[in-house]
Amino acid sequence: MTKITGGHITGFLASRRTDKWWFEPLWTGLGFLAFVIYTTWAMFQGDHYWWSAGQDGFGGYLSPFYSPLLFIKEGVSGSAPLDHAWFGSWPGWWPKLIPATPAILILAGPLSFRMTCYYYRKFYYRAYFMSPPACAVEGVPQKNYKGETMLLVFQNLHRYTLYIALGFVAILSYDGILSLFRGGDFGIGVGSIILIINPILLAGYAFGCHAFRHITGGSQDCFTCPNGEPTIRYKVWKGVSWLNGRHMFWAWASMLWVAFADIYVRMVASGQWVDYSTWSN
Amino acid sequence: MRLRNFQIYRGDNNEGTMEQYKTEVDQGMVVLDVIHRIQAEQAGDLAVRWNCKAGKCGSCSVEINGKPKLACMTRMNEYGADETISIRPLKAFPIMKDLVPEVSWNYEQNKRIAPFKPDPHKRNENGDYVMMQEDIDRVQEFRKCIECYLCQNVCHVLRDHNRKDAFVGPRFMIRLASLEMHPIDTEDRIPDIKDSYGSGMCNITRCCTDVCPEHIQITDNGIIPLKERVVDRYYDPVVKLFRWLFRKK
Repeated sequence: MTKITGGHITGFLASRRTDKWWFEPLWTGLGFLAFVIYTTWAMFQGDHYWWSAGQDGFGGYLSPFYSPLLFIKEGVSGSAPLDHAWFGSWPGWWPKLIPATPAILILAGPLSFRMTCYYYRKFYYRAYFMSPPACAVEGVPQKNYKGETMLLVFQNLHRYTLYIALGFVAILSYDGILSLFRGGDFGIGVGSIILIINPILLAGYAFGCHAFRHITGGSQDCFTCPNGEPTIRYKVWKGVSWLNGRHMFWAWASMLWVAFADIYVRMVASGQWVDYSTWSN
Repeated sequence: MRLRNFQIYRGDNNEGTMEQYKTEVDQGMVVLDVIHRIQAEQAGDLAVRWNCKAGKCGSCSVEINGKPKLACMTRMNEYGADETISIRPLKAFPIMKDLVPEVSWNYEQNKRIAPFKPDPHKRNENGDYVMMQEDIDRVQEFRKCIECYLCQNVCHVLRDHNRKDAFVGPRFMIRLASLEMHPIDTEDRIPDIKDSYGSGMCNITRCCTDVCPEHIQITDNGIIPLKERVVDRYYDPVVKLFRWLFRKK
């Protein structure tokens, strides 16, 4: 590190801060890394993503990592019945080198939403790109810093990943309703509660998104035009702004919960955990 | 009373050193009080810019133990009794003397921004502009800015990468936001926000928001909404098609 005037220093990680500035990028970086490792592992398993206590008919628990089920590979332990697939049985043309797991077809959707999210960008630019790692701490030296104008210009399409995420909110909400039935009978289990909380948290995150805030009303200069009364868009924008002010909470809560929901379904489907419910087990 | 240890930068933009000082600290003192005591008792030529001592003039911005802060709003009881407290001038700007930075670059940026241009059709019969509170709440937040330039100083685009040629910095992004979102302003600054003022240079790591003494949500309420407006104009293919089809600006 080189000393410069003003008593400052310059160079990678140079700072005069005396507090634990490294703590936040460390815990956020490790937390998200743990999520990515677990998600990748769970995605490649391709089994134990479905549980209905062996009963046919409407209802059952479906891991959110595997929803929607575009194709289903039959005969796999803990897999859903074939009639749950949108497009039927697993395609024969699927390359043998790539595991035949329904999660691999859909996880890029919610991941793209999180990876272009303005909150996630803050934390991973800090934790992984170290640009900068913390405030008043010098990051990775770059000769000609470009920000998000060149390679990262795709971040501007965050609103399109939002549309994908809103689709997942609808699908996972349907899964939550599905979890209240087993063999066509209404009831409630611990898994039902977990799978209902999941889309609520995702909705809190998606509906508080900065792009959604812009679309609902942020793009407007006048909230009371044309008749001087607050418009419906303004009222929606206020609600979205409330969620947006807590965006970090919703981001982490929804991310951790979706992993927990997968763990729960996986453990129940594989017989490791007992799902307490109003149905007779 | 025990003496407390301080290190203060003494010098200019070419050379200087961190000088050691020991002084008493009374209950309730802020860092600016300590600087003034050292100035009065030990270093009469110590230069520090200050004015209101109430966190409203934005003059006494310094870096205390490496964190950009207002000296008048930083209480001494934030620090341990045995802790040596270092006080440095802002890193992102040239140093005039000791703790006084030369911030005129910011004034130049301000001059570049197209001024408020109200819509004359929005006058009422008395010739006054009438605005509803719901419309003005959003831009009033940005008017709280005291121009302390802590956000400019901590922005890594300016501080570490020295891209003052490409980015006006957070303070002027919120000034732009206050004009762009104004209900009766008619000027179109979006092309300049993208190209000349450099909205794409900001990677929204939010340090500007973290250090703002007025707690303005610079990133969430100012910069990101401007980036989204730039997306509308330049990056969203559907919006571009819509504008082209309906001949909208």
